[in-house]
Amino acid sequence: MGIKGIKGWAAAAALFFWSAAAWAELKHYQLNLQTPHTLLGEKIYDLHTIITVICFIIFVGVFGFMFYAVFKHRKSVGHKAAQFHENTAVEVAWTLIPFVILIALAVPATGTLIAMRDTSEPDITIKATGYQWMWGYDYLKGEGEGISFYSRLSTPRAQIDGSDVAGRKANPHYLLETDNHVVVPVGKKIRVLTTAADVIHAWYVPALAVKQDAVPGFIRDTWFKAEKAGIYRGQCAELCGKDHGFMPIVVEVMEPAQYTAWVNAQQKKAAAAKVDPTKTWTAEDLKAHGEKVYAQNCVACHQATGMGVPGAFPALSGSKLVAGPKEDQIKLVLNGKQGTAMNAFKHLSDVDLAAVMTYTRNSWNNKTGDMVAPAEVKALR
Amino acid sequence: MEAAHAHHGHDDHAHGHPTGIMRWVKSTNHKDIGTMYLWFSFTMFLVGGVMALIIRSELFQPGLQIVQPDFFNSMTTYHGLIMVFGAIMPAFVGFANWLIPMQIGAPDMAFPRMNNLSFWLLPPAALLLVAAQFMPGGGAGVGWTMYAPLSTQAGPAMDLTIFAVHILGISSIMGSINIITTILNMRAPGMTLMKMPLFCWTWLITAYLLVAVMPVLAGAVTMTLTDRHFGTHFFNAAGGGDPVLYQHIFWFFGHPEVYIIAIPAFGVVSQVIPAFSRKPLFGYASMVYATASIAILSFMVWAHHMYTAGMPVEAQLYFMYATTLIAVPTGVKVFNWVATMWKGSLTFETPMLFAIGFLFLFTLGGFTGLVLSITPVDVQLHDTYYVVAHFHYVMVAGALFSAFAGIYFWLPKWTGRMYNETLGKWHFWLSLVFFNVTFFVQHFLGLAGMPRRIPDYAVQFTEFNMISSIGAWGFGLSQLLFLYIVIKCIRSGEKAPEKPWEGADSLEWTHLPTPAPWHSFETPPVIK
Repeated sequence: MGIKGIKGWAAAAALFFWSAAAWAELKHYQLNLQTPHTLLGEKIYDLHTIITVICFIIFVGVFGFMFYAVFKHRKSVGHKAAQFHENTAVEVAWTLIPFVILIALAVPATGTLIAMRDTSEPDITIKATGYQWMWGYDYLKGEGEGISFYSRLSTPRAQIDGSDVAGRKANPHYLLETDNHVVVPVGKKIRVLTTAADVIHAWYVPALAVKQDAVPGFIRDTWFKAEKAGIYRGQCAELCGKDHGFMPIVVEVMEPAQYTAWVNAQQKKAAAAKVDPTKTWTAEDLKAHGEKVYAQNCVACHQATGMGVPGAFPALSGSKLVAGPKEDQIKLVLNGKQGTAMNAFKHLSDVDLAAVMTYTRNSWNNKTGDMVAPAEVKALR
Repeated sequence: MEAAHAHHGHDDHAHGHPTGIMRWVKSTNHKDIGTMYLWFSFTMFLVGGVMALIIRSELFQPGLQIVQPDFFNSMTTYHGLIMVFGAIMPAFVGFANWLIPMQIGAPDMAFPRMNNLSFWLLPPAALLLVAAQFMPGGGAGVGWTMYAPLSTQAGPAMDLTIFAVHILGISSIMGSINIITTILNMRAPGMTLMKMPLFCWTWLITAYLLVAVMPVLAGAVTMTLTDRHFGTHFFNAAGGGDPVLYQHIFWFFGHPEVYIIAIPAFGVVSQVIPAFSRKPLFGYASMVYATASIAILSFMVWAHHMYTAGMPVEAQLYFMYATTLIAVPTGVKVFNWVATMWKGSLTFETPMLFAIGFLFLFTLGGFTGLVLSITPVDVQLHDTYYVVAHFHYVMVAGALFSAFAGIYFWLPKWTGRMYNETLGKWHFWLSLVFFNVTFFVQHFLGLAGMPRRIPDYAVQFTEFNMISSIGAWGFGLSQLLFLYIVIKCIRSGEKAPEKPWEGADSLEWTHLPTPAPWHSFETPPVIK
């Protein structure tokens, strides 16, 4: 073995040890799909592994030839160029062999795809509605029917904008936490209907192997059956505007008994929270309640200061519309404004809408001194 | 431009032509117009590159540090639009202008004045895209795909963007008509279609793709425009429309668009690899058929970009099968390139290095494309960084590396001077390493579930994002070296020999002096 050979082997050994060290280091990182927690997810995981391995083998084979040529068929080692430029047998072979491999791949892929799209006979059906920028959930069928809530990002603003970096570093679920979890029982087939109120969103939970676009005006569906209790986190996957990165999805899978207890608690809570329709609201009550509604629905665009974002989202403070006739404001909030980011807010209750408008009419520079009664909102619906 | 001007000013020819700035404004010469396309493309490449660096800087660590979400969305949008329509497509039109007349034995393009107009439509369109940033509310943060109804709710910047797309489309269509006519009508006697260099073939096919799909894109954005201002409801369910309709129309343009970018890149590589292998291209005829097959298949696979948008299972199965089929002709091309190198007499000047880099990394991007074509797997990876990594392997390591290979290969013919080989090799190795540092790790981010187009991310994605951002800065700065190499070559490069590449065998090398004369072939060469 000449000097050149020794050098080559030394380089190869160095590369090997370096890769081994790098591999040990990389094991701390997530290098593959998240561990699936549904049987379908496992199938998809395996499918991905099979395809990647096949691709890798072909890749090594093809570029093995190329690098052999790069090292052996170079002019500097005195290799003289052959002049062949076709070979029918070889060309037919490398057209047909990939074709056969593709057919072999299509078989498991077809089975998995058909299983993935079979949303029939669910135990529980939940509707997920995408809003700019939160999710709304309605339990439509099965145990828990009638439960309904919104789910918003619960990471404190200070951790995002950098005024609380320590808090961010200590938060393992930064940007992947919500105020309300979607709770489902383990081992039950959950059908998720997706839709949206404004633009297209996508409901994506990697560990449950689901991703389905939520298209405004249409209903799509997907399903999952979690095999293990736990909390699974995902995010909106379709660009939906300013806060696209800030509308996570958290699914909490519970044992059936726990789930039943959760359903009972939710139903009690809903009954307690039910606003007495005969209650007479004072301007003060409405304004206080309105501040909460504003913080949940309006603040992302119009800002806590009511000043909006110049050019993008108009200011409410000093706005002629907000401080003008009540009827115009109610109509705008109910129906939205076509062609802008101001969506219809019909999905909020009369009380919430009356409260938030009372709040905006009497905050910042707005001092109308009047109130919007829930009945006025109802009359204009 | 200055330097190229000084150089061409000394050419002698039968009739006078404008000098100074009017030489460029009024130019009908395919070489001048090609030069302008290439400089325009490089300028846009820097503008889009700065946008990419803003994106990667914000993503260096979790939290919002540098930009706010609205501006971030605007950057991802215009980075995409500018790179696709402003940088990569004009770069290959620049190659087409310079090379097609020389390679088929013609004096110039078929419609020189239309050629001038095709180019001069580009700067206004670019200005509109840049001006969009300064509209009230900032640029439109809708993504380069401009999905409705997000695009119908965006601010006035969206209208500028729509008009820019219209103008770019008109420019592309006129350029394509010119290329098709030139190739079909102006070949020298004896230059049959099946004797043309593969680069001309790839552009003939690409030009047909452009003529077919640019009007489709124009239709999609016009429908967006009328939805925004004239009360139509094409994409509004409340008025009987469908937001997903936009996606079908857009991707009917969008998938062929991928090949509009990739196929001329195949053409450049098919000239470079045989030249440095000193051996004819393996399977010339099968290369032509494979390219045509890819182009035809590209019209039938669009909905693989929409697996999660909601389609009947039968449609998903069809689009999965049709998409995987593209692997067959693409495989044929890769095998042919490797077979061209096999038993050649290889040397590794900068153009060859970039061509090999292309071959290796484009194939990797092709394989991740195969992974994404499988519907159940795509449902996991759609709209994640895996997709971002995938298309940057085909767009950057594919198209851009091929463009670099082409520039280094033809610079001596264009300028009559040699570039600095050592610096060229540095440019290649820096680009190769930093490209992979930037984009390879993004596969892992996507597999782990990081969505694309988000300005801030969960903490478990931090390390790979940091690595990717460092790579992006390295890659971006390496391109300044490229600018330096090209300027140095034009101004003070060594005089190029008549035929600097031993194995180059197309007409521009065998029948024309170096640098190429002002009018390529005043009398057609005879091809045997």
